[in-house]
Amino acid sequence: MDDRELQRHRYDVVVIGAGGAGLRAAIEARELGMRTAIISKSLFGKAHTVMAEGGIAASMGNVNARDNWQVHFRDTMRGGKFLNNPRMAELHAKEAPDRVWELETYGALFDRTKEGKISQRNFGGHEYPRLAHVGDRTGLELIRTLQQKIVSIQQEDMRDHGDYDAMIRVFAECAITDLLLDGQRVAGAFGYFREAGDMVLFEAPAVVLATGGIGKSFKVTSNSWEYTGDGHALAMRAGASLLNMEFVQFHPTGMVWPPSVKGILVTESVRGDGGVLRNSEGKRFMFDYIPDVFKKQYAESEDEGDRWYTDPDNNKRPPELLPRDEVARAINSEVKAERGSPHGGVFLDVSTRLPAEEIKRRLPSMWHQFKELADVDITKEPMEVGPTCHYVMGGVEVDPDTAAASVPGLFAAGEVAGGMHGSNRLGGNSLSDLLVFGRRAGMGAAQYVDSLGGMRPAVRDSDLDDVMGFALQPFETDVGENPYEIHQELQQAMQDLVGIIRRPDEIEDALARLEKFRERAARVKVEGHRQFNPGWHLALDLRNMIIVSECVAKSALVRQESRGGHTRDDFPAMDAEWRKVNLVCSHPTGSVDVAVVQQPVLTIRADLIALFDKAELAKYLTEAEMNALPEGDLTS
Amino acid sequence: MSYEAHFRVWRGDAVGGDLQDFSVEVNEGEVVLDIIHRLQATQAGDLAVRWNCKAGKCGSCSAEINGRPRLLCMTRMSTFAEADMITVTPLRAFPVIRDLVTDVSFNYAKAREIPAFAPPKGVAAGDYRMEQIDVERSQEFRKCIECFLCQNVCHVVRDHEDNKDAFAGPRFLMRIAELDMHPLDEMDRKKQAQDEHGLGYCNITKCCTEVCPEHIKITDNALIPMKERVVDRKFDPLVWLGSKIRRRENV
Repeated sequence: MDDRELQRHRYDVVVIGAGGAGLRAAIEARELGMRTAIISKSLFGKAHTVMAEGGIAASMGNVNARDNWQVHFRDTMRGGKFLNNPRMAELHAKEAPDRVWELETYGALFDRTKEGKISQRNFGGHEYPRLAHVGDRTGLELIRTLQQKIVSIQQEDMRDHGDYDAMIRVFAECAITDLLLDGQRVAGAFGYFREAGDMVLFEAPAVVLATGGIGKSFKVTSNSWEYTGDGHALAMRAGASLLNMEFVQFHPTGMVWPPSVKGILVTESVRGDGGVLRNSEGKRFMFDYIPDVFKKQYAESEDEGDRWYTDPDNNKRPPELLPRDEVARAINSEVKAERGSPHGGVFLDVSTRLPAEEIKRRLPSMWHQFKELADVDITKEPMEVGPTCHYVMGGVEVDPDTAAASVPGLFAAGEVAGGMHGSNRLGGNSLSDLLVFGRRAGMGAAQYVDSLGGMRPAVRDSDLDDVMGFALQPFETDVGENPYEIHQELQQAMQDLVGIIRRPDEIEDALARLEKFRERAARVKVEGHRQFNPGWHLALDLRNMIIVSECVAKSALVRQESRGGHTRDDFPAMDAEWRKVNLVCSHPTGSVDVAVVQQPVLTIRADLIALFDKAELAKYLTEAEMNALPEGDLTS
Repeated sequence: MSYEAHFRVWRGDAVGGDLQDFSVEVNEGEVVLDIIHRLQATQAGDLAVRWNCKAGKCGSCSAEINGRPRLLCMTRMSTFAEADMITVTPLRAFPVIRDLVTDVSFNYAKAREIPAFAPPKGVAAGDYRMEQIDVERSQEFRKCIECFLCQNVCHVVRDHEDNKDAFAGPRFLMRIAELDMHPLDEMDRKKQAQDEHGLGYCNITKCCTEVCPEHIKITDNALIPMKERVVDRKFDPLVWLGSKIRRRENV
């Protein structure tokens, strides 16, 4: 290998990913004195976080003073069907308000209440208006605010050290292909710069994974090209484990027409602000799909649901605002029963619910998106929408307080981390997750680096040769597979066979195909040279998408129940016994296959379980678990 | 429904390059970025293009289509006739890296030169109070997706490379205006806008506003009001006197 091609950098903390979680982690690590590198697969400020529309969930109680962290915790556990890591859900609910307020000190400008406080909007699964927002472009505000905060830190470093990049540096358009270990511990990260194709080694004792999700393994997705499961795969190959990968969220409302925009997100705020779902018969079908566990919290009639928008204390919320898994399944059923819209979705209508000017004010991006991409004026006519792969609840198994993975020196935050959202994430809980656990990962990494003293792990040259050899392999072949073709076939297979509704024979079929994709991906060939070559980048990403897809499929085959983002055709009901089980994927050394094992779910602490009444708990817990609860009313 | 379109795409690198002709399938509802992706998947696997969200929200896929700065993901094929030749070239004001990808680091360098938000002293996090009507002015500018089309089209730098040092460009002059109009920002930004970031170079031809995919009224709502404040500060004797008195109070 020609050494001149390899750049070497040394940092205390390397953050892989420049979305909300990565930037927040980097800010924290830097403020704790760490020399920090941020690795961004795209340009700085383009991360997938910009796509988040609705808002950041935090129980500030600005709109309804009854809100508090306990209510938020309860909603999060309900949304995740009690499979959430309760400590993560607790930390998240407790710390989210501080993380939002902190953004204002960085310069964020949220929409306001009449009292001049941060406004909060309604969203699916949240009992009170809870989402801090900026119209329907909250993710953009979040990413820009954090980006500008980093610039402001760099300006301080310029004053103090004469160099903007002295303490925190962004490496844009850089992708990491492998982590390097010293024994069991993290020693560095290896990758390439997209622009010139140069190889780069970051030597660092601590790596924070903040790489986001896996949506690009599915055909219809709201995710961008970056979402190839890199962090999930990096963690596994480094020896860490992934939790509950079967839980994939299909957002109920993606665009369905025209074909080229299929999957692009239509924010839940449309429903939060009054939009309703109708089938081809004009019926608000969601009233037929309220599951037993949610019967007490949702309106039984259209009148009551409509009254809730103005009088939420005396009415129940409309079922359009059920958690996303419920709404996605309902839409799927309506379409299958041939009550769908002309292009295979259902109708989402806000035009008959709000005045045109109000729609444009509250949902400007949606108005713009439909006008420009579909020739639909949402102030005059309904949208056509259908489910789109949006989010993976599964991810790296981490310690809730420090975001540490099982591999020393490895941390994970945001979508790449597992546990927080259980089997289904509530809208709005993602942006708050990024901030709460991004910060904690930055702290965890800094504490870990401090604990090492001067004893830093070292990268071995032989390991470096191996990972470089792998990265350049696609140029070495004369004849080989086209990476774009393998990718398209992979997306089709995952969409058709491990999608919203899953059957065991189809999952088996998917696993057989994945094995073939893996063989073919090893023989992939790319045209041209290393400078900004998207074919090469895809060839390297394929390995990650395939291993992550295998985790999803294998776990989906094992879990014989339906819960949140995992629906089994042959086991349509939720099963309390399965609530006690986490499925953990790992990649044993020397094996090509992923291994899945069952692990017990963490017990919910007594003071947290006391936030629920027994009647509700009985819907989720086993009889034995119920019998083990203290006598009498828990909540008193 | 589908047809073969004529595309002419610039391919090359910093050393040089040329327009290459392609005949490529187009289907109903597609945008130019779909066609570029089809070229990658079927005819030119290494064709370089930046893109992320494909929904007009991230501002990555900026290029010039028939000479006009556009987002590839928001330019629908239905806006062209089937017989049209569609020419796609990289942004002209920035150095080419490869094919449709340009070196936009100029913008990140300028971003660092604009002093950050100066938070109000003595106001704790959680205690910020602002009226909706007051935040809306800056919120308009914060809709910016940093596609840099305005930076690319602005004639101050598009045809005058040597102006780049002294001129932050519309995106970052707008950033100064945004901070200046932020209800709680504590820095006076008028002098720096004029003296350090080249506000005076702007002669309000509104090219930036025309190309903005977010329809931000950059010239009318950010740059002109900023120019007016600079002028007020410079020539208004009362403002001058006031600033002297305030300065004395601060001593």
